[in-house]
Amino acid sequence: MSATGTTDRMTRLLALIPYLTAREGGVAVAEAARDFGVTERQLRSDLELLWMCGLPGYGPGDLIDLSFEGDRVRVTFPAGMVRPLRLSTDEAVALVVALKTLLELPGLVERDAVSRALAKVSAVAGHAADRVTPVAVSVDAREEALAVVRDGLERRRALHLHYYVPTRDERTERTVDPMRLLLVDGKWYLEAWCRRSEGVRLFRLDRVDDVVVLDERAAPPPEAHERDVDNGIYQPDPGSPAVRLRLSRGARWVADYYPVDTVQPVDDPPGGLAVTVRTQDLAWARRLVASLGGEALVDEPADLAAQVAADARAALARYQDLPTG
Amino acid sequence: MAAKRAERLVNLVIALLSTRQYVTAARIRAIVPGYEAEDGSERADEAFKRMFERDKAELREMGVPLETGRTSAFDTEDGYRIARADYELPEIRLTGEEAAAVGLALRLWESAQLAGPAHSALVKLKAAGIDVDSSRAIPLQPRLDAGEPAFEPSYAAARDRRQLEFGYQRPDEDVPARRRVQPWGVVAWHGRWYLVGQDLDRAAPRVFRLSRVVGTPKAVGPADAFEPPEGLDLAEVVAGQVTGEEQLVVVRARPGTAIGLRRHATPLGRADDGDDLLQLRTTELATLAGQLAAYGSDVLVQAPAELREAVVARLTRLAAGQPA
Repeated sequence: MSATGTTDRMTRLLALIPYLTAREGGVAVAEAARDFGVTERQLRSDLELLWMCGLPGYGPGDLIDLSFEGDRVRVTFPAGMVRPLRLSTDEAVALVVALKTLLELPGLVERDAVSRALAKVSAVAGHAADRVTPVAVSVDAREEALAVVRDGLERRRALHLHYYVPTRDERTERTVDPMRLLLVDGKWYLEAWCRRSEGVRLFRLDRVDDVVVLDERAAPPPEAHERDVDNGIYQPDPGSPAVRLRLSRGARWVADYYPVDTVQPVDDPPGGLAVTVRTQDLAWARRLVASLGGEALVDEPADLAAQVAADARAALARYQDLPTG
Repeated sequence: MAAKRAERLVNLVIALLSTRQYVTAARIRAIVPGYEAEDGSERADEAFKRMFERDKAELREMGVPLETGRTSAFDTEDGYRIARADYELPEIRLTGEEAAAVGLALRLWESAQLAGPAHSALVKLKAAGIDVDSSRAIPLQPRLDAGEPAFEPSYAAARDRRQLEFGYQRPDEDVPARRRVQPWGVVAWHGRWYLVGQDLDRAAPRVFRLSRVVGTPKAVGPADAFEPPEGLDLAEVVAGQVTGEEQLVVVRARPGTAIGLRRHATPLGRADDGDDLLQLRTTELATLAGQLAAYGSDVLVQAPAELREAVVARLTRLAAGQPA
């Protein structure tokens, strides 16, 4: 789906003269390069190429004419290239879907502005937007924390929040310096410097409670770097202890849900999968295995297997004493 | 692209935009610089024909509306022109706030499936005179799951309304099954991509997780082969398939435990033995049974009996299957 180099350059060449035409006073070359997402050098080479183009006849009065003043460029004769090419279907879909997604998200930008932009874009997209859009993006928009966190980010203020840690089933209290909001795989995360743990942490917003913006300035220390999330939020450390599980047919989904190291089909249980998960957090592994209710057998480590069984026996003992009805 | 070819293509667009008459290929060859000149040889004619065919295909691929036709009844062959009204993006004006919304929205596709079209759409809007001021954007990084090779063919088939065939591996089946589908659309739901469409063999709407598609889906037959249902909401179809009816559940929890459950529970007071009584709502009894089993002896199900039996069955398997 990504545009090839060829089409990319042609799109830019056909858009550049209209771009300059729309900005009568001219534009700094550096700014134009930024707007088109290319280097200044590339933009200059595009302009030089366009300077050679024009109306048939190709005499001095037919060619596109540009005038350079210092680091600024202006078009003086556009040779009829005054408007950009219409949006293609794919471009219209990308725009309409992105705006519809944004419309679902409360508190990020003014909702009315998004609806107005959507209406205007749909109007110029023509038939491309008339069809039922073949793509939709649905994100979790019920996060109450979103608006507060956004407010803190915009005003560069520290936040105070309660954070639920599922692996320890614990509610923690922290003051953080917010860095950015991420939407990854349908979930919202706040990336922030956590003053309690003195490190950069990702906080899943659906686990954040009672967040408030403080009067204090947000001041992440210089060593606070944004994490690269291109390979997903969870990047298991290959040095972590291995948990080896055998999944029965009904639990095979675990293999495409969690980052697993190795996957191997097995006959016991029939149609099963043997997987290795690397984690420092045995409490997490214990909850995972217990929540699978016998659909996953623990091969390693042995004490994890023993712990899960002991927990289950303790729970069964309590059920026997529980009055029914 | 070679600069020469880019120059030729730009000149071709300008030439065809500037005329209302259809211009024949021979005339284009004579006026647009960069084409193999006529020298009477068949080789030069062939070279020109190949170049011109490639250029036409490239422009059409980009969405340039290249028309063919004849200006008058006396013309002996078809010519080409570009109607300005079909070529040009209509007038569009956005306020600063609306433009900022567009800029922020398009970041959804950064390094995801529609990154290319999102970028060129932005370029066109800027060329239409809209200033998308990205400095006003808040530090926000939306990101879609990019690694889904089945996305592009599925999306293209849904866009063109062509029938789609693919292998589909359900996790509870041993071998992939062949599916024939009229694709209505692809939807990212809770961070995962799904294909929604009419399953032709089952004669019913179905939802397919793209990551379970085996190999490359193939579009077959003509475009516009079907109409998706009117008022279709793709996300709703997926949500409807995934969630069931809501049920009320009462559990007892030891004081100070089950912090996660309490975040979504209504407290109902204390039981005689000092446990807290909590009311929960769920559309997925089986999923909740797993979650409750994971709390061990801290949480017991009071009602409904169906859920209690499901939890006890899980605990029994856990206690037996994992010898200490």
